[in-house]
Parts: sequence; structure tokens; C-alpha cells
Amino acid sequence: MTAIALAPQVRAGFLARRRRHTRLLTLPAMIVIGAVILFPWLFTLWMSAFDWKIGSVAHFVGVDNYVKLASNQRFIESIVHTFYFTALAVIVPLVIGTAAALVFHREFPFRGVLRAVFTMPMMATPVAIALVWTMMFHPQQGVLNYLLSLVGIAPQLWVYSPTLVIPSLVLVEIWHWTPLVMLIVLGGLASLPTEPFESARIDGASEWQLFRYITFPLVAPFLVVAAVIRTIDALKAFDTIYVISSGGPGTASETINLYLYLQAFAFYNIGNASAVVVVFFVLILAMAMLLLHVRQRAKWTA
Amino acid sequence: MDSIATSPAGGRVRAFSTRRLFRKLGFWLSVVVIVSPAILVFLWMLSLSLKNELDNSSYPPVFIPHPPTLANYVQVFAENSMGLYFVNSLIVSGFATLIALAVGIPAGYGIARLNAHKTTVLILIARMTPALSYLIPLFTVFQFLGLNNTRTALVISHLVITVPIVAYIMIGYFETLPRELEEAAQIDGASVWTAFRYVAMPLARPGIIVGSILAFIFSWNNFIFGAVLGSRTTRTLPAAVYNVLTFEQLSWGPLAAAAIVVTLPVLLLTIFIQKEIVAGLTAGGVKA
Repeated sequence: MTAIALAPQVRAGFLARRRRHTRLLTLPAMIVIGAVILFPWLFTLWMSAFDWKIGSVAHFVGVDNYVKLASNQRFIESIVHTFYFTALAVIVPLVIGTAAALVFHREFPFRGVLRAVFTMPMMATPVAIALVWTMMFHPQQGVLNYLLSLVGIAPQLWVYSPTLVIPSLVLVEIWHWTPLVMLIVLGGLASLPTEPFESARIDGASEWQLFRYITFPLVAPFLVVAAVIRTIDALKAFDTIYVISSGGPGTASETINLYLYLQAFAFYNIGNASAVVVVFFVLILAMAMLLLHVRQRAKWTA
Repeated sequence: MDSIATSPAGGRVRAFSTRRLFRKLGFWLSVVVIVSPAILVFLWMLSLSLKNELDNSSYPPVFIPHPPTLANYVQVFAENSMGLYFVNSLIVSGFATLIALAVGIPAGYGIARLNAHKTTVLILIARMTPALSYLIPLFTVFQFLGLNNTRTALVISHLVITVPIVAYIMIGYFETLPRELEEAAQIDGASVWTAFRYVAMPLARPGIIVGSILAFIFSWNNFIFGAVLGSRTTRTLPAAVYNVLTFEQLSWGPLAAAAIVVTLPVLLLTIFIQKEIVAGLTAGGVKA
């Protein structure tokens, strides 16, 4: 553009007009985002300041809903459940996903097909998957207890046991989302330089040493990105928990999501549920900021 | 390696090749261990859907349907209006995806060309926020407008899922396209719209395909909007499979058949975007 000699004011006018017109292109999306995303955020914040049950009159209570949450035993337990679920649902897929990525990083026959099969669970409809796992968890007729009996382990109650329910739900989560970790780490492995490996091999390094001192430090940024994404997704887990255990038995698997759903759509406590959404939103926002930060540091553009 | 294999020390060759064989076996064992859970759950789902009720409730379980039967599929379509729910899902996800493309492609272009990073971050956060958190305000507003239980309400709510994903993918895609072509067109007198519509957009086709497939899949997989905002006749497939079928105490066969009908379209679509899926998915969390 500089090749054409334009008078400065003509050029400035052209650029300003171009910016204006370009901004116009984003307008329809901004209207939609404003209506279905920003407005619900603000409306939720507004509703969280009211004591309001559907069908009755709303009373303005300020921050009262939040104050009550702080001493609400059931809500606090749901936070503990959420963190327990999230910790397991981040760590285990990270370990298995990395192992799987190391396997798929090598050349072998049918690699493409097997990788496609491995990643299939990731896109499958959660409700459909949850129904199948519900049948597999069945204490009497479930296939999982049959498989355990083959190796001599006593039948388990799975999602019907207050202590096993969260680990069982995490099992579904692991099955569902480990492929994503694998794909992220695989992308990291593909981007590694080959020279350090070659020279280490010449120096007689073992496979374990190669992994421990070269591969691991180099893919660490990708592991961090995978961990943050996994954390966000695990915090959001709802469909599978709702379909498989509905937060039960009792409230043994009631996460924040389940708690807020029940408050809003079983008890119609809209004000209280909105306050939970706001707390949850702050949590997600913090994770989002962390993701942007680590992504920048990992110089990851995907 | 070849020099060892051809060395005259025969014992060493044998020791070496046995070790190699073991390593190879070990490697394939790890491949099997990693891949089998993924495939086995799907196969079990298929097996449940092709067996009669007697075989499905027997213990030890029957693994291979003998003989396989399509009766479960016939039943869910005939008695449980699976066809209606399938059409509902097609309408809701189809319209939500089309609207998202209509507003998201130009927006993606605009945001990329204006370097509007703050808007990008806003869209990323919208993408990460759980769908559940939009449900209370949307439900309240739809109640007020009398839109609850309509497909319109479902399409509007699904925009929460489709618009951010399309916009985010398109921003990323347009950022990788060089600006020179559009600028050349503009110097020749083309308007911003013409430069976008006839220069940039055709080049962005691969991004548009990935964006629309992912938006459609996420919308299709969504359960909670359909479950809360839909009615018995307007529900989407995942919501219907849970709310209608499980409440009618269906046995395992039809339930598994329904689960397959829900998820098969998605698995087929995934095949088309195998390669591009990572970039699209890691745009800040997967679940809608």
C-alpha cells in the first residue's frame, strides 16, 4: 500500500473508513453475544441479590444469598466433592494420556486407525455414554462386576456405594477425556527437536533417561496446558454425573453443578442458585485466566 | 544395528533378536491396553442393542448376540418417537449452527483484522463457561416471553454453544491468512465487504468446515438445554433418551439402541475432521 503515493489525509481517511466497516462485520455477532451470553451473566448477578422462588414475589436481600452459602453445609460438601472429582479427573487422564501419547508418537502399522479409535470416546454424546456405563455399573447384571469376578475380585456396588461413587464417575470421565490429553501431548511430542535425542543416544542414555531428562522437560508446557483444560472440563462435568448418579446415593456425589441444578430446577430457589452460578463463574474465570497465561508462556498457538 | 545382526558371534545375534521380539510384544501389548477400553465400551453398547431381553439380563453376560436382532431399534422408533426427537435435534442443531456461521464468520474476520484481543478473550471465556450457568437466566426470560417448551427457545439457547466456538475458530483461522490479497483488492476499489466475501472467505473454507462440524457436534451432544427448555414433543435427542426412555422403564436393549442412534451421527462426523480436531477442541475446554 505504501507503494501508492496517497496524500496522508486521504490515506488516514481510507484506514478509518476501513476500520469502521470492519467493525460493522462484527456487529451481528456482538448483538447475539450480548443477548445470549452477556445479558444472562448480568441477569444472573442481579437475580443473585434476591430471595426469589418461582411463583412467589422476589425480595431484595443484597449479598445475603452469598452469606448463607458460606455456612450452607450441603453447598460446602458439594465444593469438596467437586474438588475431589476434579483432582482425580485431572491427574489420572494426564498420566494415562501421556503414556498413550508416547505410544502413538512411535511409528507402527495401523497407527492412524488405532489413534482414531482411541479418540472416539471424546466426541461421543455424554448422555449416551452415561447410559451405557450405568448398565455396566449394575451391581447384579453389570459387565464390570463380571470382569472383576474373572480375576477373583469381589463384586462392587460402584455408583450405589457412597465411597465408590465419585471414583466410579471419574472412571467414566477418564474413559471419555483421556484422548484429549493424549492429542495435546502428542502435538507437543511432534514439535520436539530431534537433535537432543540423537546426541543423548550416542552418549548411551537409556530410554527412561531420555524420557526423564529430555522428553518430559520439553513437553512440560503442553502438560500444563492439558492440565488446565482438563481442570476446566472436570469442573464443568454435569451430564454424566446427572444421568448416572443424580448426585446420589444421598448427596455423596453432589458436585457444585448438581447442587445448583437441583436448587434451581427441583426447588426453584432461583436467587440461591444464581449466587452459586456467580461463585462458580468466578472459579471458571480464574481457570480461564490461568489457561491464557500458561498458553502464552508455552507459546502455544493451536 | 545391521552390523550386530551380521556379526559372526551367533549367540549374541539370538540374544539380541529375542530381546527385540520381547520389546516388540511389549509395545503391542501396551497398544492393546490403551486402545481396548475405547473400543470395548462401544462394542458392548452395540452388543446390548442387538440382543433380546433374555440375553441382556443373563449372568454371566452374553457377549456375542446370537442371533443378532434389530427388534430393539424397531421398538424405539415405533413406540418411543425416536424419529421425532431425531428431527428435533436436526432442526435445533442445524439452525443453531447456521446462525452461528452467519454471524460468526464475519465477526471472526473482523476481530482478526482489527486485532481485537479483548473481544477474543471474551469469546474464549464464553466458550469455557458451562452451559448450565446460562440455564437459569434463559429459563426465566423464556418463561416471561412464553417461549419455554418451544424449538425456538432451544435454538436460541444453543447459540450459547455454537456462536463462541465458530467465532473463536474463525478468528484463529483468519489470523493465519495473509492480508495482502484483501488489501490489493481494496486498493482496486473493493469494499471491506467485498474483500471479506470474495477474497478472504473462500480462502477460509477449511476453517469454516471445521467450525461448523464442531459447533454442530457440541450442539447435538448438549443435554441440559433440551431437558429443561424442551417439552415432550420438542425435546432434542439426548434429552429425550434420558427423560422419556428411562422414565418408561425400558429394558437395556432398546436403551442401548437409542444411545447408539444418538451418538452415531457424531462419531461419523468426527471421521471427517480427524486431523483438525485438536486445534478446534483445545480452544479452551471441550464441554459446552
